[in-house]
Amino acid sequence: MSYFCTAILLNSVIRRKQILEKVIEINNLYKKFKKIMAVDDLNVNVYRGDVFGFLGPNGAGKSTTIRMLMTLIFPTSGSVKVFGMPLHQNRLAILARTGGIVEKPDLYNYMSARKNLEMLGSISGREIPKKRIDEVLELVGLTDRQKSRVKTFSFGMKQRLGIAQALVHDPELIILDEPTTGLDPQGMKEIRELIFFLSRVKKKTIFLSSHILSEVELVADRMIIIDKGKTVVEGYVKELLKTPRVRVDLDTDEPQRASDLIKNSLWNSTFEGVKENIISLNMEKNAIPELNRFLIQNSINVFGLTPKRSLEEYFLNITEKGAK
Amino acid sequence: MKNLLFFELYKIFRKWRSYIGFFAITALVLIIEFSIYYEGNKYPGYLTRNLSDSFYFTGNLLNGYLISYYVMMLLVIHIPFLLTLVAGDLLAGEATMGTYRMLVSRPVSRFRIVTVKFLTGQIYSLLMLLWLAFLCLGLGTALFGTGELIVMQDIITVFAANDVLWRFLPAYLLAVLSMGVVVSLAFLFSSLVENAIGPIIATMAVLIVFNILSVIEIDFFAALKPYLFTSYAQDWKLFFNAELDTAGIFKSAAVMLFHIVLFYSVTLFVFTKKDILS
Repeated sequence: MSYFCTAILLNSVIRRKQILEKVIEINNLYKKFKKIMAVDDLNVNVYRGDVFGFLGPNGAGKSTTIRMLMTLIFPTSGSVKVFGMPLHQNRLAILARTGGIVEKPDLYNYMSARKNLEMLGSISGREIPKKRIDEVLELVGLTDRQKSRVKTFSFGMKQRLGIAQALVHDPELIILDEPTTGLDPQGMKEIRELIFFLSRVKKKTIFLSSHILSEVELVADRMIIIDKGKTVVEGYVKELLKTPRVRVDLDTDEPQRASDLIKNSLWNSTFEGVKENIISLNMEKNAIPELNRFLIQNSINVFGLTPKRSLEEYFLNITEKGAK
Repeated sequence: MKNLLFFELYKIFRKWRSYIGFFAITALVLIIEFSIYYEGNKYPGYLTRNLSDSFYFTGNLLNGYLISYYVMMLLVIHIPFLLTLVAGDLLAGEATMGTYRMLVSRPVSRFRIVTVKFLTGQIYSLLMLLWLAFLCLGLGTALFGTGELIVMQDIITVFAANDVLWRFLPAYLLAVLSMGVVVSLAFLFSSLVENAIGPIIATMAVLIVFNILSVIEIDFFAALKPYLFTSYAQDWKLFFNAELDTAGIFKSAAVMLFHIVLFYSVTLFVFTKKDILS
């Protein structure tokens, strides 16, 4: 019994230590390109095991921050610690434990997928057995095309190979810069599943940059939103996104009758407009099933009631709050 | 370091442009050798025509050594242009392809990346000269045999057959140094930009201007000559002087080494401070 209690206590201590262990610690980070301040007093903490969403519109400074994390560019000022070590003084030790893709997945087009992984793996600070290359190729679904030259690959395949090269040396920290850009819905789903697998099964810490809030909402535990290089908001995804009102798209084959029905009912206040036969509503997420019942009872064929939340709307929401 | 060097060599030899220089040299040497082979003894006759009244020449004058000497004299001026195709692409090519990001975010120091790429360029240049040596000395002696070497510089020197081969080895080494300067310059330009065309053209432009300045016989330009690395490009011929000009050879080697170290150091400085934005 006592042994069992000690084990539970020890496990709890280890978990707490893991939760508190900062994998990335960015303090007062600035990056200036001539007259443009790309990153402006950024502070970020990413803990072990996090799937950390790094959000912001295009040009917000996400890629610049990631380039600094991957030591491609030098900060103007501020400090970056990874695994508790100052980044630039311990660059090699940190990069040996870090994998990432920065922006587009550009690889050596004249080499095969496998050769790219072998070559990049060979300079990753550890021996990469052939078995590991096989595993990674299978993980990203490129086993069948491993011998094809990269120049014959679609953008989605290059994106997957880009992720494979980030994983080939089995890093603890994985930095993914907009990994779903240019992918079709199936490809996006596969990347989401891969992130879940790496996080939940392989216990990796993932720093995921995106400009799509819904994408981050689905996979991240914590997130930060930046704009013009500055932090807008940071915290747990569930807490930040718990605002009850969302935009809901209603898809039906009778948009006119459905619109009239809604406008002449208690749901009137939710109605926003109709665009391309899709009715936009602004309502509490919890009320969606009730609205669905109401529409069906009135013989409206409902093909979809989809809650939408774009980064822009969320921005507007929090900046309006800030203004008030 | 070993893995990175292998990676860089693999990258070079997987690109078709790396073979342009080898194909060009092969074609030129073969054209020269076969045309001399079929034209018979016209060529040594041309060399000795002013002397044939006073001297009587015997033996195999048209031999592999003579071919090697004159082919080298012709091609050492042109090989640098072929080398820039690869050397100018070493760093800028990574920027153009976008693979800098992948490479520099690996746990390899920037010092190592620059050094290994620099070594790769020098190895490529060495291989090109070895290929030239093989075609000239190997194929030349196989086609034309060996014999005495007639060298016409300020004076005419005839080297005995057994006194020639050893001169070619250090002559090629000095030529390797001379090519090394060109590779280093193209490499430096390659670190400054993100498109390989720029460094290739810039290096060629420097070579053309310096070569012209090196041959213009005007006092003002004569004062510049010692400072132009192209003035030393043909110094491999010092090994074919009747009396070895050891001081001249050492000076030439020192000047070229100085340029190589200088260009490499500037490249290293630029690259280690560079923001990778490609």
